[in-house]
Amino acid sequence: MSKMNKVYGEPKSNYTAKLKIKSAILFVWFVILTIICLLPLYMLIINASHSSSDISNGLHLLPGKFFGINFKTVVSGEMKLYFDAFNGYKNSLIITCCSCILTVFFSAMTAYGIHVYDFKIKEASYTVILLVMMIPVQVTSAGFVAFMNKIGLLNSYIPLIIPAIAAPAVVYFMRSYMKSSFPLDIVEAARIDGCGEYRTFVSIAIPMMKPAIAVQAIFAFIASWNNFYTPSMILVDGNTKKKTLPMMVQALQSSDTLNDNGAKYMAIALSIIPIVIAYVFLSRFIIAGVALGGVKE
Amino acid sequence: MASAAQRRIKSISYAKYGYLFILPFFLVYFFFQLWPLINTFIVSFKGNGTADTSSLWVGFDNYKDILFGGNRSANAIHERFLRCFGNTLILWIGNFIPQIALSLSLAVWFTEANLKIPGKGFFKVVMYLPNIITAASVAVLFLQLCGQSQDSPGALNMFFSKIGLVDYDPMSKKYDTIQFIEGCWQSRGVVMFIQTWMWFGNTMIMLMSGIQGINPSLFEAASIDGATSGQVFRKITLPLLTPIMAYTLVTSMIGGLQMFDIPYLYHKDPNKTSKNVETVAVMIFEYFHKPGKQQKMGYAGAISVLLFFVTLVLGLISFYMTRDKDEIAKKKQRKKIAKQLKQESKQFGGFSI
Repeated sequence: MSKMNKVYGEPKSNYTAKLKIKSAILFVWFVILTIICLLPLYMLIINASHSSSDISNGLHLLPGKFFGINFKTVVSGEMKLYFDAFNGYKNSLIITCCSCILTVFFSAMTAYGIHVYDFKIKEASYTVILLVMMIPVQVTSAGFVAFMNKIGLLNSYIPLIIPAIAAPAVVYFMRSYMKSSFPLDIVEAARIDGCGEYRTFVSIAIPMMKPAIAVQAIFAFIASWNNFYTPSMILVDGNTKKKTLPMMVQALQSSDTLNDNGAKYMAIALSIIPIVIAYVFLSRFIIAGVALGGVKE
Repeated sequence: MASAAQRRIKSISYAKYGYLFILPFFLVYFFFQLWPLINTFIVSFKGNGTADTSSLWVGFDNYKDILFGGNRSANAIHERFLRCFGNTLILWIGNFIPQIALSLSLAVWFTEANLKIPGKGFFKVVMYLPNIITAASVAVLFLQLCGQSQDSPGALNMFFSKIGLVDYDPMSKKYDTIQFIEGCWQSRGVVMFIQTWMWFGNTMIMLMSGIQGINPSLFEAASIDGATSGQVFRKITLPLLTPIMAYTLVTSMIGGLQMFDIPYLYHKDPNKTSKNVETVAVMIFEYFHKPGKQQKMGYAGAISVLLFFVTLVLGLISFYMTRDKDEIAKKKQRKKIAKQLKQESKQFGGFSI
């Protein structure tokens, strides 16, 4: 026994206890972080249920009784002139759904084209896609606005929806997915059975790529729903009927007349709640998707 | 088992379908991204203001004004550019350092196998939550919570007055509030906090998947050899995580250059952005967004071009780091084999055997 000690050192007698203490401390730290993550949202909901005078009188940690009244103020009152929640939902949904479908369909198509066929510029086009992946919108936006102004597409939804067809990052992701889980033999088998190329893509490749498409659709949806920059540079005429939800939130911030803080909180809450509810149901896929995107080695 | 049909199919060229499938992408890319990019370069050499003046070619004047100043109005633009660039740097550093420290430590703790922490999945979900909330809403929400009005301060000032850091005068019913919106470093601190709050969950999950990609037998070997968790972190996790950390750094830098939503919306005066948190992206947006005479398309274009070159350098670095190394090695090998074959065929008088 003593010989063993000489060779291997003293046994770690309190190893388990140490681990337990460490786990407990970390648990507390995680709980604190969780509270920090949720506190602003909690304060939002709490304040949305108080009247404006209540809010200015002190700090509240429990829900009040003004939830319904604040809701009514936001939905029906004068606020509709610049914050029209349901119209905002509608506009954001139209833009987001269209661009989301275009993004995943055409990205899958481009990735499929590059992956399956052999043609001269195959590798070159993929390299171009990788290179342009990093160009931020801010860089092209000045020229974009000038160009849209010239061809008269300002204040329309077209420049917000059609560019979604070209999403380099999504193409990159789809191609990586196809490399690992889309054997080319299937395409050949389909050809022997007399299946056309386009049909092979739609009825064989797309169903096989469902997991990748689902993840990318979720991310495209969130990105487009949260987008504030592009809509506010294209929709410049200040027409509330056309505005997307984030733009209405901005109108909320820049209005001088609104002093009802309870209603303001309520309006912010209305702009946040749909996406949070969606997240609660889809969080598993979203987190798996982020993890997948991170492994690029 | 190569049947006649299979052989026939092999002989058909499908190249045209390849072009057809990638055509929509490149068509749209050209019209809505590449041409605007070129157009940005073009407008950067043109004048500012109304339609008449903005169609004149001015050469490098816009760049000169931005980078070196000149007369009074040019100096104002030069100073504003420097201020915005400085703000961008400050805000990025101030959110990246706490963010990476927090994410890295959390990623290591979450992946440590012998720690028994209940509810890991729940914590992950909650920590990622701020990332998916609309940034514009977050900015306005924090604007409300950090309200600095003396009569009815926001929740944060209320909290500080409860714990005695903010004085309350019962006579005039006024609070001696902390200037979270107009104060220089206070407002920057809030913006940094928001950025960290929104992004640490994302970085954490990316780093976690990086750690999980490390061969587990290395950790096992280390624990058998009696390494402490600090040693494991320093000698195994960190060195093997370097590529993914570098990737995170570069993407975060590019993201930092684009910081827009929160700095643009976080200000008190409804019609004017805050000087203390104004970033380069905000400056570009302001210049091309203003209507009529105030529109400064030329300056917006010139700043965009400068931003483009900075991004280009950063992007090339990240491209170099994330390229498919196996594929490149394979290609090299293939080339080598082809070369060898060629040489061999030469040895036999040009006849291949």
